[in-house]
Amino acid sequence: MHIYKPEQEPAVRSLGPENLLLKGATLKNTKKIYGVSVYTGMETKMALNYQGKSQKRSAVEKSINAFLCVYLCILISKAVVCTTLKYVWQSKEGQDEPWYNQKTQKEKDTFMYLKMFTDFLSFMVLFNFIIPVSMYVTVEMQKFFGSFFIKWDNDFFDPEIKEGALVNTSDLNEELGQVEYVFTDKTGTLTQNNMEFIECCIDGFQYRQRDVRSELDGFTVTDGPVHKLQPKAGVEKEELFLRALCLCHTVQVKEAGSEETLGDRLDGMLPKPEEERGFIASSPDEVALVKGAMKYGFTFLGLENKKMKIRNRQNDIEEYSLLHVLNFDPVRRRMSVIVQTRSGETLLFCKGADSSIFPRVRPEEVDRIRLHVERNATEGYRTLCVAYKQLTAEEYMVAETGLQDARLALQDREEKLMAMYNQLETGMSLIGATAVEDRLQEEAAETMEALQGAGMKIWVLTGDKMETAKSTCYACRLFQRGTELLELTVRTLEDGRSKREERLLELLRDYHKRAVQDAPPVRTGVVTRSWCGSQEYGFIIDGATLTLVMNPPRDADASLYRSLFLQICQNCTTVLCCRMAPLQKAQIVKMVKNSKGSPITLSIGDGANDVSMILEAHVGIGIKGKEGRQAVRNSDYAIPKLKHLKKLLLAHGHLYYVRIAHLVQYFFYKNLCFILPQFLYQFFCGYSQQPLYDAAYLTMYNICFTSLPILAYSLLEQHICIEILLDNATLYREIAKNAMLRWRPFLYWTLLGIFQGLMFFFGVRFLFSNPALQDNGQVFGNWSYGTIVFTVLVFTVTLKLALDTRHWTWLNHSAIWGSLAFYVFFSFFWGGIIWPFLKQQRLYFVFANMLSSVSAWLVIIILILLSLLPEILLMVLRKPRGPLSRQTAAVTPLSYKHLKERC
Amino acid sequence: MMASSYNAKEEDGHHSGSAGLGGAAIRSRKPDNTAFKQQRLPAWQPILTAGTVLPAFFVIGLIFIPIGIGLFVTSNNIKEFEIDYTGTDMSSPCFNCSQSFSWNSSTPCKCVLPFSLEQPFESNVFMYYGLSNFYQNHRRYVKSRDDSQLNGDERSLKEPSKECEPYRSSENKPIAPCGAIANSMFNDTLDLFYIDPNGTKTQIPLIKKGIAWWTDKHVKFRNPGNNPNLTTVFIDTAKPVNWRKPVYELDTDSENNGFINEDFIVWMRTAALPTFRKLYRIIQKKNNMTPTLPRGNYTLEVTYNYPVRSFEGRKRMILSTISWMGGKNPFLGIAYITVGSICFFLGVVLLFIHHKYGNRNNSSDIPN
Repeated sequence: MHIYKPEQEPAVRSLGPENLLLKGATLKNTKKIYGVSVYTGMETKMALNYQGKSQKRSAVEKSINAFLCVYLCILISKAVVCTTLKYVWQSKEGQDEPWYNQKTQKEKDTFMYLKMFTDFLSFMVLFNFIIPVSMYVTVEMQKFFGSFFIKWDNDFFDPEIKEGALVNTSDLNEELGQVEYVFTDKTGTLTQNNMEFIECCIDGFQYRQRDVRSELDGFTVTDGPVHKLQPKAGVEKEELFLRALCLCHTVQVKEAGSEETLGDRLDGMLPKPEEERGFIASSPDEVALVKGAMKYGFTFLGLENKKMKIRNRQNDIEEYSLLHVLNFDPVRRRMSVIVQTRSGETLLFCKGADSSIFPRVRPEEVDRIRLHVERNATEGYRTLCVAYKQLTAEEYMVAETGLQDARLALQDREEKLMAMYNQLETGMSLIGATAVEDRLQEEAAETMEALQGAGMKIWVLTGDKMETAKSTCYACRLFQRGTELLELTVRTLEDGRSKREERLLELLRDYHKRAVQDAPPVRTGVVTRSWCGSQEYGFIIDGATLTLVMNPPRDADASLYRSLFLQICQNCTTVLCCRMAPLQKAQIVKMVKNSKGSPITLSIGDGANDVSMILEAHVGIGIKGKEGRQAVRNSDYAIPKLKHLKKLLLAHGHLYYVRIAHLVQYFFYKNLCFILPQFLYQFFCGYSQQPLYDAAYLTMYNICFTSLPILAYSLLEQHICIEILLDNATLYREIAKNAMLRWRPFLYWTLLGIFQGLMFFFGVRFLFSNPALQDNGQVFGNWSYGTIVFTVLVFTVTLKLALDTRHWTWLNHSAIWGSLAFYVFFSFFWGGIIWPFLKQQRLYFVFANMLSSVSAWLVIIILILLSLLPEILLMVLRKPRGPLSRQTAAVTPLSYKHLKERC
Repeated sequence: MMASSYNAKEEDGHHSGSAGLGGAAIRSRKPDNTAFKQQRLPAWQPILTAGTVLPAFFVIGLIFIPIGIGLFVTSNNIKEFEIDYTGTDMSSPCFNCSQSFSWNSSTPCKCVLPFSLEQPFESNVFMYYGLSNFYQNHRRYVKSRDDSQLNGDERSLKEPSKECEPYRSSENKPIAPCGAIANSMFNDTLDLFYIDPNGTKTQIPLIKKGIAWWTDKHVKFRNPGNNPNLTTVFIDTAKPVNWRKPVYELDTDSENNGFINEDFIVWMRTAALPTFRKLYRIIQKKNNMTPTLPRGNYTLEVTYNYPVRSFEGRKRMILSTISWMGGKNPFLGIAYITVGSICFFLGVVLLFIHHKYGNRNNSSDIPN
């Protein structure tokens, strides 16, 4: 803190945070000010809180890369095996160069090792189709087109802002189905940031007032703005209370039509003008209170020349001169004003949290009001108590001088001010309490419940006070009655006598013991995580403590603290982090993201202060809220309301994940059984790199014959329909932890591919032990062999997909049957003409001749059937057992049928 | 095979029209309420359950087993006779020929193999030659041909494709037909004689037409130019180095000479596996009274031109009848019987499991 002292004027002024003009502030009521700019350039809050946008990669892509490595190894080993065997085979005399198959002079002259190398490369080229290059194209197409479904979804359309969802990146669709941690902002995300005055309690009598908009308990009372349910308190008390509400605040009146905006606060808000009059305050609660008082007939008209004007019930204007504002601070948790009435009385009005007011008023008054306050608090309202005190002239003089001294003190100003405030705010009399509701977003509680049911851990990261955040958490059912709260805040740290660090460690150990070690060992499977656990834990930490955990004074402790902290958090269903700086939010996200098992994180927020957290998480979701477009611009997906998150994750995310996982596995599978026969053929052609299939088939296989069905599948498949996905959040757990792209399913698909590849090759191989397959005794050659294998392959692979398809739209039908028809048509066409540009007419009438052979038909049919048989069998047999059987009983009978058919 | 439920969700696609009061700006933002965009396309949702798969298994079993038996019986009814005339054994009549082989011997080596058929061959008999350990599917070999030359392209005749190396030119003349495949054409001559019980030897007429694919003979292979005199057409070309005669002397019949010689076309269709057979001649059934090849003694007279000893190959002559499914091959029949039985067996097992599981499932549902 520094003090500015002009030379020519003896007066001393203090400069404090209240003199700081923030970015975007507008000059008002004065022509000019003198100012010094501080915190510029890279030191601005914005720059400090900004994080570079990094490339986000989905877990599926990582799996793809791992699989790719496996297939690359297979490819290389195949090539190595073939090259080795080739040279072993050639070493036998007469094999390498029989008289009928001489080498050219150039081939003979080539150096042996070079030949080996080129052979190796030729094998690589021959088998390279095993690496599904076309998969990347298909995956990209799937993601690109798939993201349109989010954009098009009518359920995401919000009639208020007339906008639907926005997709900024299409790379992360499937990540939506993998979320394990949800980091949510509170204000504007969980809540509407729209405070509403619910009720007050004056002298122990409840004043509840409802209007149509606050349909809280399902019944509404619409007769008049003021409705008193219970016997009133004395008029005098009532008016005193309402005056207190009108006076004890720092609200400014925004005249209608004035353009100025004055809003750059931590949880900045722009109140709507109401009755041509807008109120602006650093805390939305105050606005709500002033508005509440207005409904009871006391209107705050504004502050002019240190005079506060109030229009009372009799429509008279009352004027009070404002003498002092004892600002709100989180330690005192109350604020006061000292005003002077026209009649010369000096009054102190104080409002604050119950815990800070109750000790300062007469105890007999407390009992009457405490009941109401506590009831309101449990209902999730933000409660404030209002007290007043009449100051005598002498008292005021003492206070005046005391405050002046304290304000000018160069050292310990805060302490001195605090002491002065505390001294002033004693011996007050309690007049009432208020309850303000920060209304939750639509369906916030349902959404949160669904997400928790889906196995996600929800972390609320907010810049708000702990109490407010906690009450919101209760309201959202994130904390439930039975939830045991583990608090790790500045307050709990300072309880003890010992030093903060020691106390921190002690608490961490204690919580760890309670939450981690004593927890029943239910964490065996993915399915039963913390779901049936007997005790649910909630964890609360605040920003200051978090700093201590993350950056302890001794570096050695850092890892210990962190791991303890993480373990506790991982065992809690909900973690509440309050008083967070934006960058701290990102820090938390980063810590969880990099923890063991690297869980998928999702951040959702609506304001600029959430941007860093949105950027840091795997998936960032912006809410098209009131706080501008910053979050939306930096997010991966933007939705109008929090409630849309449920469908986005549970339905879209789930489906996208299943689709893309199936797509990836299928691609690897189909290329494996495509190339395996070609590999096996090398053993029968002297390891000469002779391709089994014609070049046209080799190129067209992935591009034309088998690409469309899987694309249609990956865009349209709904293995479980959307309604059921939304109704049974637990279904989301089944695909958690990348379940469909783990090594086991990969192994299954690979084995399936190998089995079918072997089937295709050896089935035809045995048929060709006598190549006279036509009824006129004519024989088939090597291209017929390849064509038969290829026909079986195309049909099997496509029918395998058909077996997996659970949702046959006309598009699926046309893609699957169309592809097969196209294959047949193309084969006829390709073999029907002597192509002038081709050097060799290998396939001339091969396909037609093949179809004229009954044996070829029979072998094709039986090989297709035999290849698909294990698949069908598994599908039928897997249903009775499997991990699902237990859960199927829990969900509705409607989904039971669908669960059963899952494969 | 599948129980299915047709799940057509009603689409309410007409609402957008009534909601259009807000003007174009609103409508452009609001997503179209079409079934496709809302992922509500009517869909057929097949359900594969044990109940639906079961009958399928039984049906497959019931269809496949008879087919398999039919195939097996058919294959078994096909008569096939095979004789190896490579001549690696000292005892073999062709031993001398195989030992004293040289490319440029002027007198062809002949050997005679006697054999007897235990059973008569009733219908048309197809005569194949079979080669073993002959890699017709070697890449270098497969690509060593020029299809445009074989299709009668005169430019390719004079300048064959580079793929034909090292069988592209000899003595500075282009080889026609070029390439390793053509060069190594099978050139043994096989003749069959029936020995009457009284000792007279009658040659069995072998038909050399209809052994190649019709499309190959008539479209894919064509002699260059329109000149019926092939000698002049091929005047500036050399014969393949290992051939004894030029291509225009393969046959006296002009319909079977040059590139459209059926023996040549058959050879040019490269075999899939190193052990293969190729159709050589057809023995047509004379009349319904006598079998095509009655049981008795026969001799096979081989003009031994084709060396296989250097790569340890074998040469065979195969006589076979043909059925609707082609030559003798028990594989298909066995496969069909096996798969049919497996399906049937699985059907029984599934029925058992389904029955048992179905009961268990019902009982477990009750407590919930």
